[in-house]
Amino acid sequence: MGHNYSSPIREPLITGKKTYHQITEDICRYTESTPPPIWWIAISISGFFLLVFVISVLATVWHGIGMWGLNKTVGWAWDITNFVWWVGIGHAGTLISAILLLFRQKWRTGVNRAAEAMTIFAVACAGQFPLIHMGRLWYGFFIFPYPNTRGGEGISSLWPNFNSPLLWDVFAITTYLIVSLLFWYSGLVPDFATIRDRATGFRKKVYNVLAFGWQGKAKQWQRFESLSLVLAGLATPLVLSVHTIVSFDFATSVIPGWHTTIFPPYFVAGAIFSGFAMVLTLMIITRKVFKLEDYITIAHIESMNKVIILTGSIVGIAYITELFVAWYSGNIFEQWAFLRNRIADPYIFGPLMGVEEGQHAPYWWAYWSMMFCNVVSPQVFWIRKLRRSVAFTFFMSIIINIGMWFERFVIIVTSLHRDFLPSSWTYYSPTFTEVGIFVGTLGLFFTLFLLFARTFPVVAIAEVKSILKTSGDQYINDFEKQDEKFLDEVSKEDYSSIEKIAEAHKH
Amino acid sequence: MADSSKTFLVALYKDEEILLKAVKHIRENGVKITDALTPFPVHGLDEAMEIPETRLHTAGFLFGLTGFLFALISMIWISTSDWPINYGGKPALSIPTYIPITFELTVLFAAVGMVITYFIRNSLSVFNSTEVIDERITDDHFALIFDAAEFTEEGISKVDDILKASGAAEIKMSTMKKYINLNGE
Repeated sequence: MGHNYSSPIREPLITGKKTYHQITEDICRYTESTPPPIWWIAISISGFFLLVFVISVLATVWHGIGMWGLNKTVGWAWDITNFVWWVGIGHAGTLISAILLLFRQKWRTGVNRAAEAMTIFAVACAGQFPLIHMGRLWYGFFIFPYPNTRGGEGISSLWPNFNSPLLWDVFAITTYLIVSLLFWYSGLVPDFATIRDRATGFRKKVYNVLAFGWQGKAKQWQRFESLSLVLAGLATPLVLSVHTIVSFDFATSVIPGWHTTIFPPYFVAGAIFSGFAMVLTLMIITRKVFKLEDYITIAHIESMNKVIILTGSIVGIAYITELFVAWYSGNIFEQWAFLRNRIADPYIFGPLMGVEEGQHAPYWWAYWSMMFCNVVSPQVFWIRKLRRSVAFTFFMSIIINIGMWFERFVIIVTSLHRDFLPSSWTYYSPTFTEVGIFVGTLGLFFTLFLLFARTFPVVAIAEVKSILKTSGDQYINDFEKQDEKFLDEVSKEDYSSIEKIAEAHKH
Repeated sequence: MADSSKTFLVALYKDEEILLKAVKHIRENGVKITDALTPFPVHGLDEAMEIPETRLHTAGFLFGLTGFLFALISMIWISTSDWPINYGGKPALSIPTYIPITFELTVLFAAVGMVITYFIRNSLSVFNSTEVIDERITDDHFALIFDAAEFTEEGISKVDDILKASGAAEIKMSTMKKYINLNGE
């Protein structure tokens, strides 16, 4: 079949000479057996941190935001840092499931299910922070514009401010969560049906409900494909808009260090960069624990590492552009925000740039951690051997996420801690409660992911089957043989004159 | 029609390429295929079976348009008429600041509306009691089903021969209490 042809130079995306039935077996198997001991250990640890989260949030709600290390100058710090970090992580899932679908990248099918799950869990974690920071989080619904009686007498309602990027954020994050959830679930339905048809007893009943009565009719698949394509088309601008709007939270203000026009693309690239790192962290563990090395291959890891080089380099260029513009603007406040608040370390660059002893930037360590983790370290992926090394990729994926956390911390805290009135200058450090909430969301995230990995098909079964004939190793080898055969035949033909070629092709 | 019990002749195939050739072969022999059930979307199957193109994307566009108008009109009404706020003497109506929310609601309405339409039109819901024709269809078998009521006794044996010739791995009869034909739009 013509449409099944794929260039033989493409690496196989499914190894182990799988049949359709084996794909079903391999992916359904772990949802049908008791989880391995490592799963129980992992969920105990993440469950413990989830408990830490609950306690820290309760402490914050009970005693108030005073439990945090915020002060008059630094009005938000870890909460917004963590919010942006989590939202950013979510972006990789949508990139894989939507943008790569539009680009017809077949390697997407091996990782899209888990990456989308990661998106949803990451956005759920992100959503905690603005809610908790409200203080009285039971009034959280006030942020939604709906006709209400808060406007006083008469019929007028009290509305939120539609000119505020913070409200845009509410819409962006809510839409993003809902659309991701729908996209994910509509893709899960056929795979739940696969599990349903293998299950017995109580499990069959549960998966029967989850599968929505899917039968795999030709018309159902036709609509399925149409839905996937349009949702991908909608999710693509949506995901770009989400981090653009998150960056507006800062970029529309007049704070030096925030008032930057390159923030939207810079934030989007950074989001995808950190998200891919988190996908790699999760997938490297998942493929090992659930023995999915045939579906999440080294080729998948290498493709993701290539995206990391690209987005990491965009982030690097953005950092340097920001510095250049701060210097070139001639604006002393901009220059101060970058040189005196961020770059000037006490050892090398500070003294070089004439910063007096003891006058170095208070957060220089955060800035240089960010520079090292995000700009320098991903460049090692230009080396093919490292790009294809599972252990090294795993290590780098964690380094990158540390770096991206520091990026948000640097942008937010260094720009705030020295405001326009030097007598207000201060230093911000988090309290145990803030640290507890942050590590607690990690607990929430991993608990959700572990539950997902245990009960849901972590690889999109139907989608992997649909690429088997083009990307399975046995078929790719077939094509290689066919190519050789073709070349053999061609080499026997006589090409000495046009007449002879025409003669040869008549048959 | 939906509630009537129906008996089907079911032909199972083991490969989508055989299935596509079989569809062609069977249709050439003048046998009407009621439906095809596959474990994953088979490209070219809807053309081969002449299933009309879905109109789901049109629905998506209309939902998106609704969201777009809803967002824009609401915000304009709220900030100019229901509760105008004077912030620094700037005009109450400022369309550029409405762009983000208008965009988000366009996407939200289009996506939610489309998914709901998709579930309804495909008769998918949590209340479905699924009747599975063959449990291997969601695994590695591709099924073509034929309404047995359309054939006479002799007709069935003739169809049987056509199906065997088309490469069917297995042929059987199956009854469904509730069959909803999605193809007849």
